[in-house]
Amino acid sequence: MKALVFERDVPRLAAARVAGAMRPGLGARYGPLSLDEVDPPQLPGASWVRLRPRLAGICGSDLSTIDGTASRYFEPIVSFPFTPGHEVIADDDAGRRVVLEPVLGCVARGIEPVCPACARGDLGNCERLAFGSLAPGLQSGFCCDTGGGWAAEMVAHPSQLHAVPDDLSDEAAVMVEPTACAVHGALRWPIREGDLVVVLGAGTLGLLTVAALRRMTPAGVIITAARYPHQRDLARSLGADRVCEPGELARLVRRLAGSMAYTAGTGRDQLTGGSDVVIDCVGSSDSLQQSLAIVAPRGAVVVVGMPASVRLELTTLWHRETALVGAYAYGAETMPSGERRRTFDVAFELVRDADLGRLVTATYPLSHFAEAIEHAATAGRRGAVKVAFDLRHEKGR
Amino acid sequence: MMPRPGFVLEVDRSTPPSLFWRGEGFSLEKLPAGRSRVVYAPEPLEPLADVDTAIRHALDHPIDCEPLRALLRPGMRLTIAFDDVSLPLPKMRRPDNRQRVIEAVLDLAADAGVDDVHIIAALALHRRMTEAELRHAVGDRVYDAFAPRGLLYQHDAEDPDNLAYLGTTAHGEEVEINKRAAESDLLVYVNINLVAMDGGWKSTATGLASYRSLRHHHNVRTMEHSRSFMDQHRSELHLSNRRMGKVLVDAGVKVFQIETTLNTDTFPPPFSFLSKREWEWNPRDRALYVATTKSLARTPTRLARKIFHSIEAPHQMTSVQCGEVGAVHQVTTDQVYRQQLVPVEGQTDILTMGIPYICPYNVHSIMNPILVTCTGLGYYFNLYRGKPLVREGGVLIMTHPTPWEFHPVHHPSYIDFFEQVLAETTDPAEIEATYEKSFAEDEWYRHLYRTGYAYHGVHPFYMWYWAAHGLQHCGRVIIVGGEPRAVRRLGFFPASSLDDALEIASDVVGRHPTITHLHCPPLMLADVT
Repeated sequence: MKALVFERDVPRLAAARVAGAMRPGLGARYGPLSLDEVDPPQLPGASWVRLRPRLAGICGSDLSTIDGTASRYFEPIVSFPFTPGHEVIADDDAGRRVVLEPVLGCVARGIEPVCPACARGDLGNCERLAFGSLAPGLQSGFCCDTGGGWAAEMVAHPSQLHAVPDDLSDEAAVMVEPTACAVHGALRWPIREGDLVVVLGAGTLGLLTVAALRRMTPAGVIITAARYPHQRDLARSLGADRVCEPGELARLVRRLAGSMAYTAGTGRDQLTGGSDVVIDCVGSSDSLQQSLAIVAPRGAVVVVGMPASVRLELTTLWHRETALVGAYAYGAETMPSGERRRTFDVAFELVRDADLGRLVTATYPLSHFAEAIEHAATAGRRGAVKVAFDLRHEKGR
Repeated sequence: MMPRPGFVLEVDRSTPPSLFWRGEGFSLEKLPAGRSRVVYAPEPLEPLADVDTAIRHALDHPIDCEPLRALLRPGMRLTIAFDDVSLPLPKMRRPDNRQRVIEAVLDLAADAGVDDVHIIAALALHRRMTEAELRHAVGDRVYDAFAPRGLLYQHDAEDPDNLAYLGTTAHGEEVEINKRAAESDLLVYVNINLVAMDGGWKSTATGLASYRSLRHHHNVRTMEHSRSFMDQHRSELHLSNRRMGKVLVDAGVKVFQIETTLNTDTFPPPFSFLSKREWEWNPRDRALYVATTKSLARTPTRLARKIFHSIEAPHQMTSVQCGEVGAVHQVTTDQVYRQQLVPVEGQTDILTMGIPYICPYNVHSIMNPILVTCTGLGYYFNLYRGKPLVREGGVLIMTHPTPWEFHPVHHPSYIDFFEQVLAETTDPAEIEATYEKSFAEDEWYRHLYRTGYAYHGVHPFYMWYWAAHGLQHCGRVIIVGGEPRAVRRLGFFPASSLDDALEIASDVVGRHPTITHLHCPPLMLADVT
């Protein structure tokens, strides 16, 4: 079968890093990602099933892997060679359409008893990602045993599968996984009635986070900083009350929060008050530093965007008692009502309510993977949001 | 030789191109022959032969009032208020009118044994003046005698301890002004009347007022009903200020108004060609134009700005009168009209104007997009008496680079207004209803206004309201040479050249519109019949 395969190839990874630095996404042409003819993955256990992906999205974490900028932190929890692709809607053996919940937690790994996090339902926090009956891999798409969505076939544990209602399009269904990330990010910190919330970044994750905040939390004013016109329009339509350019954000927050300001030694405006919560869907040094500058004392910065190595001036965090909170993946959420729900269930509802299938703006066959990756890496400036592989007509399905 | 009056030139094929200001630069533009005209300001009037003598004479012979020396007595509280850095434009060569008048008043006060004297810059909601600007206005002698002892200071419209509420007008307008001025035995107001809008009761009721008071006449309704605010008899702005003046008088505030007028001698050499009529340019003028434009094109904007703001105008005083506010202002207005009035017959389809580097609110600062709007659609559009130069539904074309650039110290709330308010709407009424209060009461802006050199938080709103009548009247506004993104944010159309602008205007006024170019500065007032 055809599959995109990512190998541990240090020279090519270095080439990807150089190429990616020149132009985002260029690592796909020069790095260790290739389109190969490979054998389908073996079923790791009796209960496992085969999936034939229909659509598989390209995520920011995929892009950083391909461009060689991902943190080495992941090395022990991935296994090579792997087929990327963890945002997947697929057909299973029974012909049902299913969405993959890609985290490879204790149940998928055949570990009993499950770790405390998996016992709570907080799958993303699983403590056994490198252990059990599977090769290391934090998710399908990063594990050599399971394959990933960027192939004609992959395998999955039944606990990872969510049936797709007939009336939900493939495009909508492929948005469920990133939406689950956004739901988790929006609910990661308790947002109070009327809180001023800033979402940094208006790519897929930022936009989905806006949608989740508006529908799942009692947030007051939601502000989004967006660079491109289509992002601004989408942010508004998904529930942002105010949308500004990134360079205008601090001034807008200052005014809406009724804060004073001063120029800190960091050279950027440091607010004295600020936003109650900032959700950083970028995860860069710049975005995190800005988050710390605009968040109110004792407020929280929720890091949803995947950071790598960043450099931060943390005096403000110390002085203003800011909570810096990570938000990775999903599992189960405590809703504002107190109810405990699986994140994917909530995400399905949100995808439908907010018509999130419209965010899929381009699809490519596997054979055009380099163009697809470059498109995804430059989605904003090219007027796109989510770019995905369309495998519905792939040979070998 | 008598100075020549202003006049209207009908453009024909032999007419040389007309000068258009473009911020810190200018260009020559050929206007279509047979349907264009250019309005030129009158030449500068002869100044007073002996200014100091004229001032002393005016103080001894006031209008409808006792001589100033008769109003001064030992033990009294005397306050002298003066117009701020927004006047005149460009700043005049020293000695400034205010210095000469204040020194004369202080001489009389000293003769009378008055020793409780405060001197206050009547800022209203403008930025505070720097020491250099204060020295330029009142002179070193006055500054050194009063400022170090805290007796020369600037009005603070946000200082609740130093404001006095004096009542409301019959229209419900609250009158609140500087407490020291209100409680003095005599308030002497020293004015420079650059345009017909200045002076009268507007001096005290605006210059020394608080936001609580100013909002009653600095609003959209007032501006839309001031046609124009250069014509005090048809200006709701002036009616409101006069009503407030009555409250001041009824409350016992005794005002001795001193008003001065200037001629329109605006630009010194080597820029004096800017005031001349193009067909009268001699070879030297033409050479200067070419040299100046070419060198400005190579000069960084910041340096060009510095060069222009260092210009000191050779303005000279043409009259000084004092006494009762209303009576004085009538004489002053006649003097302004004598200098600036130009009869113009009929309206035009397109009004063109070059926006210069300066307006009242960017002295030593940046002419940001909001101020470009205010200068074009507020000030220049309103330089009329009778009816606007451009017909209702016509097109207004400005030339200005209109950079997306703001002075961060002087105009912090302008930045937010531009980014946050104009991004949502450009409708003055909606802006007033939705956003004004939050900006006016913003603690940060208040802090910067009171302790730094920032215009008040509400000031960009007033600039937008100033343009409300023009916005309501014109069918389209086009800015030639402006930064397209900034021009669009203003709600206007960007054009790369005058020809391009005329093409864009043709959607509104057809292919053969009449065009009138306001050749300004020097300042003028079109008397449109």
